[in-house]
Amino acid sequence: MNTELTGIIATFLLTLIIAIPLGKYLAKVFAGEKVWTDFLKPLENGIYKLSGINIKEQMNWKQQLKALLTINMVWLIYGFFVLIFQDKLPFNPDGNPGMTSDLAFNTIISFVANCNLQHYSGESGVSYLTQQFVLMFLQFVSAATGIAAAVILFKAFRDKTTTQLGNFWEFFVRAITRLLLPLSIVVALVLTFNGTPASYEAKDQFISLQGDTVNVSRGPAAQMIAIKHLGTNGGGYFGANSAHPFENPSYLTNMVEIIAQTIIPMAMIIAFGYFIRRRKLAWTIFGVMTIGLFMLMIPTLTSELSGNPALAKMGISQTTGAMEGKEVRLGPAATAYWSTLTTVISTGSVNGMHDSTMPLTGLWQLLAMMINAIYGGCGVGLLNYFIYLIIAVFISGLMVGRTPEFLGHKVEAREIKIAAIITLLSPFLILAGTAIASFAFTNHADAAWAVQPKNWLNNPGFHGFSEMLYEVTSSNANNGSGFEGLGDNNVFWNVLTGVIIFLGRFLPIIGPVAIAGLLGAKKFIPESAGTLKTDTKTFALMTFAVILVLNALSYFPALALGPLAEYFSQLR
Amino acid sequence: MKKYIIQSIRLTLVLIVLLCIIYPISIALAGKLSSGKGDGEKIAKNGKTIGYALLGQSFTKPEYFWGRPSAVAYNAAGSAGSNKGPSNPDYLKEVQFRIDTLLKYNPGLKKSDIPADMVTASGSGLDPNISEQGAAIQIARVAKARKINEEKVKELVAMNTLKPLLGLFGPSSVNVLKLNVALDNL
Repeated sequence: MNTELTGIIATFLLTLIIAIPLGKYLAKVFAGEKVWTDFLKPLENGIYKLSGINIKEQMNWKQQLKALLTINMVWLIYGFFVLIFQDKLPFNPDGNPGMTSDLAFNTIISFVANCNLQHYSGESGVSYLTQQFVLMFLQFVSAATGIAAAVILFKAFRDKTTTQLGNFWEFFVRAITRLLLPLSIVVALVLTFNGTPASYEAKDQFISLQGDTVNVSRGPAAQMIAIKHLGTNGGGYFGANSAHPFENPSYLTNMVEIIAQTIIPMAMIIAFGYFIRRRKLAWTIFGVMTIGLFMLMIPTLTSELSGNPALAKMGISQTTGAMEGKEVRLGPAATAYWSTLTTVISTGSVNGMHDSTMPLTGLWQLLAMMINAIYGGCGVGLLNYFIYLIIAVFISGLMVGRTPEFLGHKVEAREIKIAAIITLLSPFLILAGTAIASFAFTNHADAAWAVQPKNWLNNPGFHGFSEMLYEVTSSNANNGSGFEGLGDNNVFWNVLTGVIIFLGRFLPIIGPVAIAGLLGAKKFIPESAGTLKTDTKTFALMTFAVILVLNALSYFPALALGPLAEYFSQLR
Repeated sequence: MKKYIIQSIRLTLVLIVLLCIIYPISIALAGKLSSGKGDGEKIAKNGKTIGYALLGQSFTKPEYFWGRPSAVAYNAAGSAGSNKGPSNPDYLKEVQFRIDTLLKYNPGLKKSDIPADMVTASGSGLDPNISEQGAAIQIARVAKARKINEEKVKELVAMNTLKPLLGLFGPSSVNVLKLNVALDNL
């Protein structure tokens, strides 16, 4: 068998082997049961003490959200000012300039929101101080925020009726000390010993074999690349992200990075099952997600491995697949595999340029981000899926003529209203955002922005439209990858995507946590013959249908104008 | 509310010490033990650094093996791909031009033997590798330009080919810079 295919099969199996025990471990960590990492307790107690936090203080869902939002606002303000003044601050050996205010606005929201859309380039746009004290810091804490938010939901369904949902700070700190930091140390060491720079040396210069003078950007990259994957952040140290040979030196590091970004989202689903003592429900969810993953991945692999038809017409050999924007040491199969996973979970790191992938690959990437709940980002993937579950419960309830229930709690008008608003939010932001961008492109081509609208697109025709659609979709999904040909560092895109990322992050956290809090506080109804069971194959199919129908109805027209139109025009 | 603000600020400061100072510095110190000392592994010729093992560089002379096309001319301080879409007409013209260039400088080369990686830009613009086939089609040219036996060049290519991981996973690849240094050292 072809070694590129065995490579991705091995990667997927290894991911499962790590993610499943990790899920059980996480359930214990957040339930406060005994685990082998309890030797870290003194460190945690030290953190609580220095921060003036009493973890015995129980919070209801409103207090949880207040704490979550408050600390996120603190990071927004702190980071914004560092970004603007980075040229005046120390630790800037390459002498990179401060950010413009619109770029800083976009960048800080993007990193606080775990999105990591990057309108700057790592080599020339940020100082070492910014890389480590703002961007890498936020990669840790934004992931921990997502995980902590999911744990609030766990708490709401563990006991029969409860308003006491634990302490936000405890979940948040433990996500870092018991999960993100230890795993980051392991991954960063693997990267460093395989060639990724980790020191604080500034730019280097050498004369190449043919006599050209070459400048080389370096710096503490391994540390950031580890958490960028584990935390499903995706923001690279270098401009080319994990396609850069320093950022992803070999096939081995490629496997490590792709496994690193997948394990926590998967483990959170397993952890949910163990935590609320309903393992079958978790496996049902996991099954639906995995089927969804394969439905996106298999056609992606097919379209990338068969190569670019336009190049085939020129008579060259594409034995391994399409190579534009890809790296030889990784190959098209591993790049296609990565492109699917990085879009279903909200990492958004890339090991090859998505803008240059085949039209149908672009379609699957977009659809993956529109659904945004197949494993999904750290913690938030489960929250997004929860909304689909509530909608599925509601529709099933209507179909059989019973009051919808979820895990023994009646789902009533208020919860459905919240779920409906969150469901409608994504299509609204994506479609309205793309429409505004298209309007600016067609009607204000000469607007005096840093990049004029007429120069935005790197590719003409349908593919150009896809570049705008992708940018907006990626922002709403907090994904952060891009069709990077788009000229996006100007006030229009910085503000538009900044606002979309912000809404696309915090409303889909507030909504599910609120629903969970409301449901958890309701009277527990014991299961009876009339209960709609949520852990059966029938209900799994129902959820699957809800996901499919909602997304197809919302996005088909936009997808038809972009990747589908490009695909069919290539067939001609 | 005020309580949360103060707790947030204090927690942020504590975590900055842990995550932005202790963690990265420990990794940087451990990195000193790696082969590149955590600065990136360099390749030297006659005691002078002529490049980084992981970073491709531009080769245009006939006596050197050529790397892949680069959207940023192998600028190691500004990595990027071309971001050209698969149906972009300008892009397709560019690829045609690259095919013609290869055919011109490698007499006897058949179009159907040209692998895609030799006429498409890499994702980083710094790809240090080409495929085995990409090296194979250049052997005749390099041997002729250096007036050496083709078998000798073939041998060097084989020595600088990285096989799949454990022989099982991923593609094989040829490091262009290492291969060219080996040629110069003949």
